Amino acid sequence: MSEPLDAFTAVFHRPSGITHLLVSPAHEILAAMGEDALTVAALHARLAASFDLDAEPGALAARLDELVEAGLVEIL
Amino acid sequence: MAGAVTLARALRDPTALRLDTDWTGLITAARAEQLVGSLAWRLHGLPVPEPVAILLAEARDGAEAARRTALWEAEMARRALAPLGLPVVLLKGTAYVAAGLAAGQGRHIGDLDVLVPRDGLDAVEQALIAAGWEWVKPDPYDDAYYRRWMHELPPLIHRERDRMIDVHHTILPLTARRRPDPDALIAAARPLGNGLAVLSPSDMICHAAAHLFADGDLAGGLRNLWDIHCLVEEFGVDGLEARARHHGLGDPVRRACRHARALFGTAMPQGWGKDDALDRLIRRRLLARDGWGRPTRPVTRFAFYVRSHALRMPPAMLVRHLWIKARRRPASS
Amino acid sequence: MRHALSLRIGPFGFRIGSDWRAPIETLADLYADYPRPELPDYTVRLEALRPWRRWIRPAMAVSGDYMLPDAAPLPLAQALLAAEMGMNLQLALGARRFLLLHASAVERDGRALLMSGESGAGKSTLATLLAARGWRFMGDEFALIEPETGLAWPLPRLISLKNDGVSAAARVWPGARFGPLLHDTPKGTIRHLVPDATAIAAMDEPVQPAVLLFPRFGAAAAVRAVPPGEAFVRLTQASTNYVALGEAGFAALTALIRGVPAYAVDYPDGETAIAQVEALWPEP
Repeated sequence: MSEPLDAFTAVFHRPSGITHLLVSPAHEILAAMGEDALTVAALHARLAASFDLDAEPGALAARLDELVEAGLVEIL
Repeated sequence: MAGAVTLARALRDPTALRLDTDWTGLITAARAEQLVGSLAWRLHGLPVPEPVAILLAEARDGAEAARRTALWEAEMARRALAPLGLPVVLLKGTAYVAAGLAAGQGRHIGDLDVLVPRDGLDAVEQALIAAGWEWVKPDPYDDAYYRRWMHELPPLIHRERDRMIDVHHTILPLTARRRPDPDALIAAARPLGNGLAVLSPSDMICHAAAHLFADGDLAGGLRNLWDIHCLVEEFGVDGLEARARHHGLGDPVRRACRHARALFGTAMPQGWGKDDALDRLIRRRLLARDGWGRPTRPVTRFAFYVRSHALRMPPAMLVRHLWIKARRRPASS
Repeated sequence: MRHALSLRIGPFGFRIGSDWRAPIETLADLYADYPRPELPDYTVRLEALRPWRRWIRPAMAVSGDYMLPDAAPLPLAQALLAAEMGMNLQLALGARRFLLLHASAVERDGRALLMSGESGAGKSTLATLLAARGWRFMGDEFALIEPETGLAWPLPRLISLKNDGVSAAARVWPGARFGPLLHDTPKGTIRHLVPDATAIAAMDEPVQPAVLLFPRFGAAAAVRAVPPGEAFVRLTQASTNYVALGEAGFAALTALIRGVPAYAVDYPDGETAIAQVEALWPEP
């Protein structure tokens, strides 16, 4: 469940019952991933298809690490 | 007035409750014993007065939230420990809900308890700390005591989620006379398919019985006994006695089953012994809760506090432990 | 227990037991016009710390269905505060049918004004002053938001006032009934005010929230619209059971924020605050 507010998006994560306040681009990353397991490169390609992306895959990996720590993304 | 005695009767046979039951006393005692979720599920679908139904629905809802939180905490521990490639066995409440057992239905779940091999403890500790868990007790005596004598690491708490994990390497303190076989516990554990496991049915009952009598001062004992009832009803007792003997837990398991039968009508084999003098004391202690939620019979309770320490530690150490605890009290208060 | 009393406040019933007679007599007197619950939702206990502490330096431990492990005991003279804190604790830790916001609430034109703030922001005093001007007092501690409907339910408990609030309330409510003056409590000097008869009579009438205020006492007058993101964060912090409610809490809170404008209001005195509220209140 998510609710776009002004400065961020509030996301209620059902399995954990934790509310996350996500600023851009975290919410866009999660939306692009959906339920799929992706490599960083594949995710970068997906995001590039929908957004005007200037970030390196390295920067994307850093954002992903934050989402992993929050439990929203799992390393497989 | 209703208290723990009524609570035990209601859990045993909810259909025998009369509509003019002291519902307030029953629910208060159940909350105090952390059994209100279990009671709410036992009474689900039975006719109760409307205001009672509302409170019970709320209790089921609360237990469902606790279940989800517990499973998520287990999942986070799994992710932190997966790279180590060690067996990780869930214990107690989290294990019951993860395995979908009747004992987990409505159960209150506090900390996450896991069992890992003793030689993996250091790696587990480091992996958990790297994943955001922190020490709760900075006290050097407590810390040394835990590491040397207890059956678990000092408790760790997650800095973001504020949830506690207890990492066990066996199910009783090393100071206790009884020495369950931790390698056998891990070898017989049943995988859940996600990288975590739960104890085998017999080991689960052995652990619950060891927990009931050898750990703590029987506080919360009624809930532990309800766990045992549910486990025995679900799994039966085939092979239980031999397994209990293997762990040196024959007496506590038989004793626990006797109490479960006396309070909840649990089925058990003939010849598992008759109540002795200690059993009468234990029963009083298990039922020491009134309809205001107050603990009753303080003298029995103190006797059990001393007894619980005596079971876990040889006498000379007990003196040292109590002395250090006593001497520290003025400084800490 | 030796002495006991059951009472209902809005949707919640409480059973309060005490080792002493005096606290129950005080509660029975101040809550005389409140109904009795069909079945209490929660039990609160006021117990002697040790058996002999019933008589010698009486110290009162507050406990109940839900409690904090390290709650400090209170002297017998502060029993009324102890009972109120005990009831607060049951709701804060136990309630699941409503999203609880630490806020006072008043009603006009069938709609609710919610005022959320830290202790000292003046939410109790403001609610009292507005009630004296014809608003219906709904509660000064918790606003109860029903997840299914979004309605705010009243919880018109005794109003807990501090020094300045007591004199302000006495000025605008000449006939007001007060509890005993409690000195040197953990919250300073406080005194409880019995809500007016209208508030008690309408305790079962929920209303739709219309405006959300974050008042702050002591600063120069200023009004600022609070964007939804900030309101969301402030209210998650002002809620005692947002996390416990899980998805229902998230849905209730986001719906509230979507439907109701929020303002931060700084005010130097009660008169100014009332003028600010009147200016913000959407006329029907």
